[in-house]
Amino acid sequence: MDGINAKYVSKKISKTRWRPVSSSSLQQPDIFATGSWDNEDNSISIWSIGENGVSSMDDEFEGDPQLLCEYKHNGDVLDLQFLDQDRIVTASSTGAVTIFRHHHNSQTLSVSQLWERAHHYPCNNAPCTGVVCNSPEIVTVGEDGRIMLFRADQEGVLRTIEMADSSAIHAVTFLRTTEILTVNSIGQLKLWDFRQPGNEPSQILSLTGDRVPLHCVDRHPNQQHIVATGGQDGMLCIWDVRQGNMPISLMEAHTSEMWEVHFHPSNPGHLFSCSEDGSLLHWETSSNTDTPSLQGGRNTSIISRSAIAPAGGNQSLINAWLTGDSSKGHLETTHMLPSQMLSVNSLDVLGQCLVCGTDGEAIYVNRYVPI
Amino acid sequence: KHLGFVWGPGDILVYETIYKASGGCPFVHEVRKDEDIYSPILRKLFNESHHIFVGLQRIREDLPSKNKKPQFVSISKNYRSVIRACMEELQQVAGIVSILLAVELIWNLCEVLFIDAAPAGSLVLHLLDWVRLHKADVDEKAREVLASESPAEHQAYWDVISYVLQGRMDEARQVLVKQAALQPAARVMFKLLDNLLMKMPIFNVHSPGETQTLTEFDVKWRHWREEVDHCLQDQSFASNRHLEDICKILVGDEDVLLEYKELLSTWYHFLVTRLLFSHPTVKPTELHYYAQSSMHMFLDTRSVPEPLDSILLAAFEFDIHQVIKDCSIALNNWWFVGHLTDLLDHCKLLQSHNLHFGSNLREFLLLEYASGLFTHHSLWQLAVDYFDHCPEFGRVYLELQIERVPLDTERKALKVIRICEQRQMTEQVRSICKIMAKKALRNNRLGSALSWSIRAKDAAFATLISERFLQDYCAKGTFSDLDLIDNLGPAMLLSDRLTFLGKYREFHRLYGEKRFSDAAKLLLSLMTAKIAPHSFWMTLLTDALPLLEQKEVNWPTTLTSILNFFLLT
Repeated sequence: MDGINAKYVSKKISKTRWRPVSSSSLQQPDIFATGSWDNEDNSISIWSIGENGVSSMDDEFEGDPQLLCEYKHNGDVLDLQFLDQDRIVTASSTGAVTIFRHHHNSQTLSVSQLWERAHHYPCNNAPCTGVVCNSPEIVTVGEDGRIMLFRADQEGVLRTIEMADSSAIHAVTFLRTTEILTVNSIGQLKLWDFRQPGNEPSQILSLTGDRVPLHCVDRHPNQQHIVATGGQDGMLCIWDVRQGNMPISLMEAHTSEMWEVHFHPSNPGHLFSCSEDGSLLHWETSSNTDTPSLQGGRNTSIISRSAIAPAGGNQSLINAWLTGDSSKGHLETTHMLPSQMLSVNSLDVLGQCLVCGTDGEAIYVNRYVPI
Repeated sequence: KHLGFVWGPGDILVYETIYKASGGCPFVHEVRKDEDIYSPILRKLFNESHHIFVGLQRIREDLPSKNKKPQFVSISKNYRSVIRACMEELQQVAGIVSILLAVELIWNLCEVLFIDAAPAGSLVLHLLDWVRLHKADVDEKAREVLASESPAEHQAYWDVISYVLQGRMDEARQVLVKQAALQPAARVMFKLLDNLLMKMPIFNVHSPGETQTLTEFDVKWRHWREEVDHCLQDQSFASNRHLEDICKILVGDEDVLLEYKELLSTWYHFLVTRLLFSHPTVKPTELHYYAQSSMHMFLDTRSVPEPLDSILLAAFEFDIHQVIKDCSIALNNWWFVGHLTDLLDHCKLLQSHNLHFGSNLREFLLLEYASGLFTHHSLWQLAVDYFDHCPEFGRVYLELQIERVPLDTERKALKVIRICEQRQMTEQVRSICKIMAKKALRNNRLGSALSWSIRAKDAAFATLISERFLQDYCAKGTFSDLDLIDNLGPAMLLSDRLTFLGKYREFHRLYGEKRFSDAAKLLLSLMTAKIAPHSFWMTLLTDALPLLEQKEVNWPTTLTSILNFFLLT
């Protein structure tokens, strides 16, 4: 596994996220944030991987992440997103939603805003499980089945969708600027339109078979109706939210819970997923029919079950996701981490850089992801 | 006042108490015996070594042993490099660093003697490497001297003897050259010594590509030694005390060696130097004799040997069990003995030494280590793998401990359940799911509660949840959580009550959509399937009546069926 080094950090990592780079610059990301969990003192930390574009590949420690600053966090960090270049939003197991500000000149973190009981049960707190932002708006979801809408720099709550779900909501993502998609622990995807008043979803999708709890969801960067989800059984599902209430394809991916799934933001023919079974998979579609070159690392064959053939017959790369087999395109998976690892809880990919965190209290950074 | 206490898994709870009842809130103190696992830097040690441990367990048993030995040596080196990495980070905290230094020293010696099992000839060379690694200040001092303006006149110049003591002849020669330049009159003497140093035979080193037998080496070495002895007898170095000392060291003069106690600093350095210059072909079985005598010669006879010394001595005596035993006593954390014993066991070096409570030594130590880990709020996950590789009692220990992990969030509960499911611990899965389901129910999260019951395949709890729904319906007249009931899917089949709930809700939907004949058929099937709870019969009957008024419904047949149902049950 060229280019991957482990950095042991003495805390189990629950979330890792790259700081966004401006889309115009071609720079690779160099700063990422991590959140910890299951510690008596949890914290969020900012790390740097130093100069980009330095090509001394034989220097092992060149890519070693350096800790820039750290701040104590109440409760497990269950989700973490960059609101903008300076601010980070976290979702806590105490039900709080916090905005941290990163001061670049002094390399410190401070709490900029806090909504303490964003998610709660009647008598005690409920963990806030997911947060997604579209600056300045912040949407959070929790085990209490509520969806909350906040605005950064504004006290109080913009909107609450009470009793949005009778089970715990595990993750949320934006479909459009006014629409979000949530997944819950009874295996349903729900679309919510903020332009509609009331507490009802505009659409509910789920598998006809066993309703496995879903843990993660991500939208295709260019096609707003294509969504990938992963759940308890480790299967990767690709959905088209316009077409009926069934997934377009199901692929066996992992042997236990899939915690995160991400389309690559600029190369959506690549998808990454990580799981409780300690593996991180790189899925790659290509539309050429000759044998693919091995990426190094271990390749596995995937078993795919196409549920419905997609309507329309265009030969774009998108179809490769939808069919999941080699007739119209080519789908290849690669393991990106050494075997025998504890759960990989989180991953993030931007440009050519990938960062992930594990229950083995280690962070792995790969700066040369083949995309 | 009295003190009471109670044992916990890794700590003691101590509380003050007075026997007569009175007001006031007593304090409870938690006393932890194993502070090490809470140190953030040592945590890296635990995590990294866990990874190495798991890799070691998966080495295939059926490989021939000559292929495995290099693997074991490499694993041993991995463990040691992890220790060294920790030491580098821990520079400031003196106490732990000295313990880690000692630990690495012992491990390294065990690797040389037991795992690598160097035979006579290369044994001394390996021991030399061992000593050199643990006496690193020699290079630092030499650098300081050489960097000075006039190295040959530096007060520490003659510490160059340290190089000789460590068998590093090339470096010694390089430093001596500086002195030689300053004393042109003694040129001949310096040249002679330089020659002797250069010609010293080292086993297998000077003949790359050819292997030397021990006997060949022995002959060469004796020949060389005689030559050095000649020079001494001839008084060739009489005019320079330092050079003469070096020469005497080369023939293994123990009295001279002992004069340089400060440079040697430890009895085991003395031992190895002694062996290098007097018995370079020493066999492993002869080591202990030299070790004991070295220790006696070097140390003050009145001083009590330190724990480290007895451990090293036991290693030289090849008494593995004694080494492990002494280390267990000296160190307060089972990390070192656990991992070392496990590695030695894989090398098949431990006799099956059954302890009187049934498990063997390796398993006992690993269980102790892992139990200690399990008390940690975070490192418990590592302990699971250790228990997995303890065939006799590991599973029992895991079953008992895993239920005590506090479950604050659903995510943590899911991880614990996954661990139990992978090991077919169905009882623990059920009990954890039940705890989570009850919690959810208390918070009125019926969907979550149902999701947990499905995971545990707990029909009884699913029935309980359905009863709650039906009660809510009877109380309010409408269903709550329609998103759940309308989308039950195959989960409906988990319990009769749940199936009834799903179908009953479907009945209401059909009625609302004015599909009356379908609704009637469904209602009848609900009645005849006998899954309706008794409390609901009246409700069903009341629901049936308006249906009879609908045109599509064949009311004579329907009424007959309903009457049959009520009369015959």
